[in-house]
Amino acid sequence: MAEPAISVDGLVKRFEDVTAVDGVSFSVRPGTCLGLLGPNGAGKTTTVEILEGLQQPTAGTVRVLGQRWAEAPERLKARIGICLQETRFYEKMTVGETVKLFRSFYPAGIGVDDAIHLVALEEKRDGRVGKLSGGQRQRLALAVALVGDPEVLFLDEPTTGLDPASRRGLWDVIEALKARGRTVVLTTHYMEEAARLCDQVVIVDHGKVVAQGTPQALVAAHGGQQLIEFEARPMPSVEACRALPGCSDVQVRDGTLRLAVRGLPEALPALLRTVEAAGATLLQLSTHAPTLDDVFLNLTGRSLRDEED
Amino acid sequence: MPDNSHPLWQLFLMRLRALWREPSALFWIFAFPLLMAVALGLAFRNQSLSRLTVAVAEGPGQERLLSALAATPGLQPETLPLEAARRALATGKVAVVVVAGDTPRLLVDPGVPEGRTARLLVLDTLQRLAGRKDAISVPEEHVTVPGGRYIDFLIPGLLGFGLMSSSVWGLGWGLVQMRTGKLLKRLVATPMRKSDLLASFIFSRLSLAVLETGFFLAFARFLFDVRVAGSLLSFVLVAATGALSFGGVGLLVASRAQNNETAGGLMNLVTLPMTVLSGVFFSASHFPGWMQPLVKALPLTAVIDALRAISVDGASLWAQGGPLLVLALWGAGAFAVALRIFRWN
Repeated sequence: MAEPAISVDGLVKRFEDVTAVDGVSFSVRPGTCLGLLGPNGAGKTTTVEILEGLQQPTAGTVRVLGQRWAEAPERLKARIGICLQETRFYEKMTVGETVKLFRSFYPAGIGVDDAIHLVALEEKRDGRVGKLSGGQRQRLALAVALVGDPEVLFLDEPTTGLDPASRRGLWDVIEALKARGRTVVLTTHYMEEAARLCDQVVIVDHGKVVAQGTPQALVAAHGGQQLIEFEARPMPSVEACRALPGCSDVQVRDGTLRLAVRGLPEALPALLRTVEAAGATLLQLSTHAPTLDDVFLNLTGRSLRDEED
Repeated sequence: MPDNSHPLWQLFLMRLRALWREPSALFWIFAFPLLMAVALGLAFRNQSLSRLTVAVAEGPGQERLLSALAATPGLQPETLPLEAARRALATGKVAVVVVAGDTPRLLVDPGVPEGRTARLLVLDTLQRLAGRKDAISVPEEHVTVPGGRYIDFLIPGLLGFGLMSSSVWGLGWGLVQMRTGKLLKRLVATPMRKSDLLASFIFSRLSLAVLETGFFLAFARFLFDVRVAGSLLSFVLVAATGALSFGGVGLLVASRAQNNETAGGLMNLVTLPMTVLSGVFFSASHFPGWMQPLVKALPLTAVIDALRAISVDGASLWAQGGPLLVLALWGAGAFAVALRIFRWN
């Protein structure tokens, strides 16, 4: 197996009285995309900034492209591209001038127009940065990250705050990069983003790794099984639900019963019979296949989305 | 166009574009000192001395008095009843009241400058009228000392003030903006050399300081006929040294500030006392002796003193060792401390 593009071992970062990163370990194979997933304040950004060489770890080792940051920081910087959570480039400069400025820092890289083309910002090439929309600014940040032709790309919440159309536009760009064999590390708290873009997902919470693996494996291991959510009057008892075939978990949330079952074909008819036998009326019923959201919920007891703002 | 241009050049362009394309920055750098010069130049322009108004209180021989006083250069007599004349004197409308009579009397307040001058002129006229002859004839030559006007004094002061403001605010504010917008952090994540960034700030500041000085001098010459008595090159060199020194101060002020409010407060804290103490509008020598060492140690005093010496007195650059040393110490000290404590994110 090839040497990992990034390896992180026992990473700890303590600020005065807060431990932001508490013993995180993972590795990223070259040419794959790793997603760091977690709510705000989970330690994602701190972890990524240590990987980018912008912060010093308190303990643990980090290797990027086989090198430690202390060894040859300038050479390593030339081989990575980064997209901070938010960068305000000079508003009075044009898109082309901004990309050209950053291109001048790298000993090798792609052409300014090529970088702008990669993020589909050609028509704004001569437009001022101050006039760009949020999505266009993120694409500019991506063009700036790409202009040094990096082997590893770090994207910190690349689509936070964007409207759905801009978000999908940016996903297309990132997928095209993956297709060109780049290693990508991205942080996000959007599960569908991680599911679509990432080969590997590391779920972090309170600075610790809660789970890691492929999105499919995580869903299979921690997503529970199929989910049935329903509301009936009167509600069947939790015990009655637990007795349904293949049922492994029952939760009551906001007056809704939530069942995790192995297979819908056995569980659903049995549930309907139970409701009918109890003389109850079904008010609401939905089923869904588990997602990374459910994985996070099951692992931490909290929903990612509750913490977005 | 090649895409792999030199980073220092690109960073320099970035600084210049940020200024050229920011109308408010151009206003503060170029227009504001000019407006100050125009306003103060108009307020304190050297007028030809206006004639002093004297009142002749009605009485015997008033016609003869009136015509004699009217014939005296610098006096503007008018006839008034005695009571009205006293009131006019009390309110400063006339400088002296001559009460007509066989022996004319004077009413005068010798405590006001106009009264003192008018008294001498009126006395002289009365004596001549009574038949006094001059003992000798003293030849006079009327001259105006070049560079002696207030505007000649003011222009170097305002230029020093302008250089301080544009350097401290231009460099300091620019850096704080880059820090709050995480642009500094983004830049240090690239292989960019930090010395290139610093050099781009220094070079853009220097080029702008030279432009600023040339523009201001041309304007002062055109509007007020202010000329630099000494070497123009020396003048520009002192201005550039001042700009660098203030640039160091701006860098120091901005080295840790995390937001615009802190930075703005610090910059005012640095620039306002100097504006008052360093003799922008009046000579700093008016401050009492015990304050002079402090006043002289300020970089703004140093740059203004040197600019004035070259511009007004025609002094040479070599005679400005003291002020230049003060500027060098401030600049070097501020740069050294700032680079040590500078926060990139």
